[in-house]
Amino acid sequence: MTAILIYSDHDGFALELLTAAREMGAEQVRAVTINNDDQAKVLADAGASVLKINNDSMVLADIAATAAAVAQAAEKAGADTILLSSNRRGKELAGRLAQLIGAGCLTDVSSFKYEDGQIKCQRNALGGATVAVQIIKTAKKVIAFMPRSFEAASGSGGSIEEFAADIPAPAVKLVEVKQKSGDNVDIEAAEALVAVGQGLKDADQLPMIEALAKKLGGEVACTKPVATDKKWLSEERIIGLSGKKCKPRLAVLLGISGQVQFTVGIRDAKTIVSINTDENASINTMADYVLVADLHQAVADLNAKL
Amino acid sequence: MNIVVAMKQIPDLQQIRIRNRQPVFEDVPLTIGLIDKNALEAAVQIKEQLDAQVTVLSAGDENLEDTIKEALAAGADQAYLVMDDALNGTESSIIAEVLAAALRQMEDKPDLILFGEGSGDNYSGQTGSRVAALLDLPQVGYASSIVIDGGKAAVTRSLEDCEEVVEVALPAVITVISGINEPRIASVSQILKAGRKPRETVELDELNIKPGDSAIDTLSNLAPEMERKRITVKSVDELIQALSSEALIGR
Repeated sequence: MTAILIYSDHDGFALELLTAAREMGAEQVRAVTINNDDQAKVLADAGASVLKINNDSMVLADIAATAAAVAQAAEKAGADTILLSSNRRGKELAGRLAQLIGAGCLTDVSSFKYEDGQIKCQRNALGGATVAVQIIKTAKKVIAFMPRSFEAASGSGGSIEEFAADIPAPAVKLVEVKQKSGDNVDIEAAEALVAVGQGLKDADQLPMIEALAKKLGGEVACTKPVATDKKWLSEERIIGLSGKKCKPRLAVLLGISGQVQFTVGIRDAKTIVSINTDENASINTMADYVLVADLHQAVADLNAKL
Repeated sequence: MNIVVAMKQIPDLQQIRIRNRQPVFEDVPLTIGLIDKNALEAAVQIKEQLDAQVTVLSAGDENLEDTIKEALAAGADQAYLVMDDALNGTESSIIAEVLAAALRQMEDKPDLILFGEGSGDNYSGQTGSRVAALLDLPQVGYASSIVIDGGKAAVTRSLEDCEEVVEVALPAVITVISGINEPRIASVSQILKAGRKPRETVELDELNIKPGDSAIDTLSNLAPEMERKRITVKSVDELIQALSSEALIGR
């Protein structure tokens, strides 16, 4: 394989893409950075040869501009495969960039195998009910990898070259950046998760759920309705297809029935415990330990005994 | 103001069964993606404040005429349907070309084109971005709020670690997240009226495009293998004992 270009707005994810590109057997990994001198240095220190774009008129929110910049960097680098991070900015960029350069595109890719000259990508399909293995048939390829699918790269011998991209006039104006209010929890990084579903009777019970999570050295998470409909917990804590994909050592699932839109976000946990009054709940088929019990009583007992 | 909401006909995911790790589509009804319904609700809410017309745009097989009734009942004024058997579940790059061609052909030029941030089934999130590129329009993704002000939209977009408030000139493509609103449930009278709302149906060859081949090959699509112990414990004590023996607690 010839050159591969990597781009992410996020320094850590860019280092993960560097690992992915090396695993693809790229002779040369090129990276592009946009208005981010720190990232250019981090990537060069890890061995990438970096095209550094600094352009005061660019904002990352303007996806058309970002796509144009990355496309020009790919041409300059002689790269027909571009790796992006599948965070929101990256996913939004993926489709636009692919359309701009005439590439096939896969997003939310969790892993790949390089076999017979093909990059065989694995990603969830049918709302997470299945896992598809797919290849991009076009010569140009855009692949967006889920964050934390690879280790961050290390290395040496990289370089930084300034690159002036020809950017279209800005069409999106950034007015304000607001930090998300309050909840900075990172459930994807937690070693243990205690997740609640609609079996939880009311928000008054949350302190004992939090107490259990603390005893287990983890965080509280939830199904989507608990956050978006009932608004008992922040959306940062949603596990599932449109929430977070978590791989904790221990997941304790409380009052959760097990719709696939949820399970896709937790099925890579090492050990799963389900506590549910319904012995036929589908979640029980994907649990290591099942306790058929009222979750409120069970949590009170666990808190007393742990 | 003309608002177009792109919606995707997908199999009802709740009803897909798995047999020998293969998904079984037999007798699975078709429906509209959940986040697409949030996009429609966002359009209808704008219409309630401004003088706007809401058109639902979709591409799929002939079942679309039936599937789309739900969107017409939920507040869309009319539907524009591209129907061809080859279009169901086809790949984003092809669907984007079809939708872009349909948008170009619309007599009332769209001012605002809304998508869900991802389809209910494939969730690749490419189509909105591809359509914006094809039409050379600005785009704003992951909207949690849209306020129309003259020829501009003020959009709050929700990213993983922050919210960005941006301003974009119309026409533009905006994709929404599910948290933007709570889609309404259609009343009986709205459902009855839906059948009489205008529907324009075009065939693929009327769009004067030749969509390319699919850019993607699917080598396999199987339910993941679950290697779980599935041990039923009878009490909290038994659970604690099991977890302790695996060194998952009490370390």
